[in-house]
Order: sequence, then structure tokens, then C-alpha cells
Amino acid sequence: MSAIDANPPCAFCLRMRAISMAVLPVLVVVGVIVAIWYGGAYLMNRWVTLDTAERRGVEMTFEEVFADTMAQERPRLPAPHQVAVELWNTTAGEEIFRERRGELRPNPRSLFFHAYQTLAPTLLGFVIGSLAGLMLAIGIVHNRAMDLSVMPWAIASQTIPILAVAPIVIVVLNAVGLTGMVPKSLISAYLSFFPVVVGMVKGLRSPGAMDLDLLRTYSASQPETLFKLRLPASVPFLFASLKVGIAAALVGTIVAELPTGARFGLGARLLTGSYYGQTIQIWSALFMAAICAACLVAILGLVERATLRRMGLDR
Amino acid sequence: MSVISASQLDLTFETNDGPVQALSDVSLNIEKGDFVSFIGPSGCGKTTFLRVIAALEQPTGGEVLVNGMTPDEARRARAYGYVFQAAGLYPWRTIEKNIKLPLEIMGYSAKDQKDRVNHVLQLVDLEGFGKKFPWQLSGGMQQRASIARALAFDADILLMDEPFGALDEIVRDRLNEELLKLWARTEKTIGFVTHSIPEAVYLSTKIVVMSPRPGRITDVIESNLPRERPLDIRDTPEFLALAHRVREGLREGHAYDE
Repeated sequence: MSAIDANPPCAFCLRMRAISMAVLPVLVVVGVIVAIWYGGAYLMNRWVTLDTAERRGVEMTFEEVFADTMAQERPRLPAPHQVAVELWNTTAGEEIFRERRGELRPNPRSLFFHAYQTLAPTLLGFVIGSLAGLMLAIGIVHNRAMDLSVMPWAIASQTIPILAVAPIVIVVLNAVGLTGMVPKSLISAYLSFFPVVVGMVKGLRSPGAMDLDLLRTYSASQPETLFKLRLPASVPFLFASLKVGIAAALVGTIVAELPTGARFGLGARLLTGSYYGQTIQIWSALFMAAICAACLVAILGLVERATLRRMGLDR
Repeated sequence: MSVISASQLDLTFETNDGPVQALSDVSLNIEKGDFVSFIGPSGCGKTTFLRVIAALEQPTGGEVLVNGMTPDEARRARAYGYVFQAAGLYPWRTIEKNIKLPLEIMGYSAKDQKDRVNHVLQLVDLEGFGKKFPWQLSGGMQQRASIARALAFDADILLMDEPFGALDEIVRDRLNEELLKLWARTEKTIGFVTHSIPEAVYLSTKIVVMSPRPGRITDVIESNLPRERPLDIRDTPEFLALAHRVREGLREGHAYDE
């Protein structure tokens, strides 16, 4: 204590201490989760190991049992490092494009390829859903009939299990000749419009009576009030909604891939993984989906910060 | 002809607890170049009266004319600028852009907008603060910016609803002084709501004393103070006599009974 007090700490030491203070709690939480995960993997996979040993009539020490539970080919719960290795092998370990019959084609063994197959419709669906949500919110705020009629339907739409609706939508759209990315996008739009409607109705109604009275004294029209007051005031609400909406859009696309026999995409990886009991593949696809969602939300966060800074709202 | 003339104005709000008579038989004439203060306790209808003049409320009876027009027509003719209790600057616009807001809506050219912004920033002594965001300014500066915004287009009437109510007394004194200079320079007609007796007496050529339940005018006092008023005029016998009369008016209207 006295040694520290006597000499002021160097700037570098202070910075390192600040960084470690920020990083340490995160590392502790991650460490605890990984530890629990390893424990769970041992407990859940142990029976298969012990069964096999019994049938073969071999005695196993604890160390041997533990080692086996960490390295099964189709574990009930894969160990964290197994998922990490699978993620590494299917991303860095595989070409994204490969030579096939003289052509350069996307490689279906690359997880990046599958992630792209899911991300493209997600982004399209997100754009469609957000625009639809924005339009509906503007309608709700300006029109009493829409205010009373649209919101209950929007809420009802979200209570329908998407897993039940997705195949119907895909089949119907297929019948009218829409295949590929668009049907998936529409399902992700279906999930992502809702948070935007809810957030933007609140945002567009956020200006106070005085802000609105001010524009009335200028005889401002409704569109002027919308563009000069309601929309700028709702920007912070918009970004909050978009972050929820883009995560929902990703879920929507993955769900849309499940019941439709899609061959490519993260949903397809989940499905084929569960057909063949490839739990490691399922977990790595899940992690890829989570990483994608985290990246999308982080990108939106950066756009949000830049926008709010430009608007002088980032105090 | 009076700039603002109200005759037998009535306004009743329908509330959940039954009707509330905010204005009852209010008649008043305001001449060009007047500085008129409305003073009274809360609920006396002073803000409501200002809002009726600005066509933000519709009277349920009687008539008010602004420049010989209905308040709605006067608003479309850009007859008045309105200053609210809080500065009400939009936080995503710089001071400059906040002042441009009415100009954009009224369709002034870009060059005209710029000239007017510079002119009014100078009037309220805020040169060099145009590029700042509202939160970077003190409360008093924000309120000055909001006055600049109301001055930016050529309204000859300025309606001010307790514009300095939220500021401390020292800032308030200074802004009162500046407001008088501004009024002298621009020759505007000003309607000013306040609940401070010294503020009303210091600023006004005409003091309208109002009373609640129902909101009504109990006294109209013409000020005999000179137009040029240094702050220490508030220690003169004339000033104190006026303040006394305002206080008496308030007492007659049972403003002090609660």
C-alpha cells in the first residue's frame, strides 16, 4: 500500500488496470459458463460412455470416463472445445468457393456459405419489415381509424406461432412462382416489423404539447410536423426497435428454413444436424447464428452512435 | 384601430370533474406598440387568454380580433411570434437551425434565412453561438434563442407565456432589461404573461390583473413610468405605487385566498 502511495503509478499501469477492470468481470462470467458447460457435458455424456464400457466388459477409471465424454462423435451435449473446433474447421478450414466441374461454386461445407444464405434474406426481410413497420406507425399516429384497427392486428399477428405459418407462406408463395430468397425474407419481415411499429408509434408520439403548439403557431402542415418534429424526435426509439427487429429477422429466416427442406442456410444446418444426430454441427450452427446476430446488432449500434452524434443527441 | 381587441370572451373547458370556466367576460384592447403584462395567480386564465389570441384555443363565446382578423387568419398572416414557458428548442437542431425552423416552414429563401438568423442572433446578443446545440447553452441563453426564433419572421406581435419563469432572479433581471431594449428597437406589440409583480410593473405600459374561478380581468392599470427604464427605477416611489396597486388588484380578486 505505502509503496504505491509513495510513487504515483505510471500512465501505462493505470490504463492496463482500467482495461483489466473492464474485461475481468466479462471473463469471469464467460469462465463460469464454460465451466458449467463442461460439467453438464460430462454429466450428460457419461451414461453413453459407461453403457459402452459395460457392454464391452471393461472397467474405466474416472479419468478415462471424463476423457471419453469430452470426445464423443455424437455427444448429447458437445463440449465447448468440440464446438469451437467444428466452428474453426467449417469456417477457416474450408474454402468459401471451390472448383466444381470447371466452375467456381460456393462450397456447401463452409459455414460462411450457409451464414450468407441466411443473412441475405435476413437483411432483405429486415429492410422490408422495418419500412412496413415505419409506414404503419406513421399511419397509426395520423389516422384514428388505423390507430384503433391496426395495433390489435399487429399484436395478434405475433401471437401466431411462426413455425406454423412459415410452411403455409412458403407453399403459397411457391404456388404463385415466388421461390428462393423472397419467401424467407417475408417471414423474417413478418417478425421484424412488429418491434418497429411499437417503438415508432411511441417515438412519433414522443414530442410534447409545447413542441407541437410551436409548429401550430407557424401553421405547419402535417407532413412538415412529421418531418421536422416527429421523425427526428423518434430516432432514438427507432434504433432501439431496429436492434430488436434485426435479431427477430434472423430468427425468422432460420425458422423459415426449417420446415421447407432448405438445403443451404443455418436453419438447414440445424435441421440436417438433427436428422443425423450431429449435435456438434447443430451447436456450431447455433453459435454461428448467435455471432451473426451479435454482429448485426453491433453494426446497428455503431450506426446509432454516429447518427446520434451528428444530431447532437449523444450527450 | 387596436392591434388586439377582445370582447366578452368566454371559454369553458369540459373536464372529467365537470366544466371549468377558464375565461369569463374578458374584454380588452391592446394598441400598437403596447407592452401588456397579464398577471394573476395560477388558474386565472392569463395563459389561456394568450393562447386564444394565438388561436391555440377556441373561445366558447365572444370574439377576439388580431389586426382586424380572426386569430386563425392572423396566424396564417404570420401576425405573431410565440415564446413558451420553456425554451422549447429542438435538441437535434443547432441554435441557428432552431431559429431557421419557422423560416423553413414559411418558405423563406436560403439566403434570406441566413441573413435573418444573423440579425436576430445579434438582437438577443447570441452572436457566435449559432453552431452550438441547445444543451451547450445555459437556461437563460436558451430562452434568448427561443425569443430570437420568435423574432426571426416579421411578426409585429410577440406573445410571451412566462418566458423567464424558470430562470433565477439575476438572469431574469438581465433578460428583462434586454427585453425592454429589444422592444424599443423593434417597436413590436408584446403580450407578456407573468406571476411576478415587479416583472410586470418593470416591463409594462399596461398591466392586466386577473383573478381565478372564473378567470376574469379585475383591473387594467396604465403605467406612468417613462419608456426608458433602468433597473433601479424599481426603487422609485412611482414604481412602488404601481406595484402596490397591482397587489391591491390581486387582493380584490381574492387572489391571496386559498
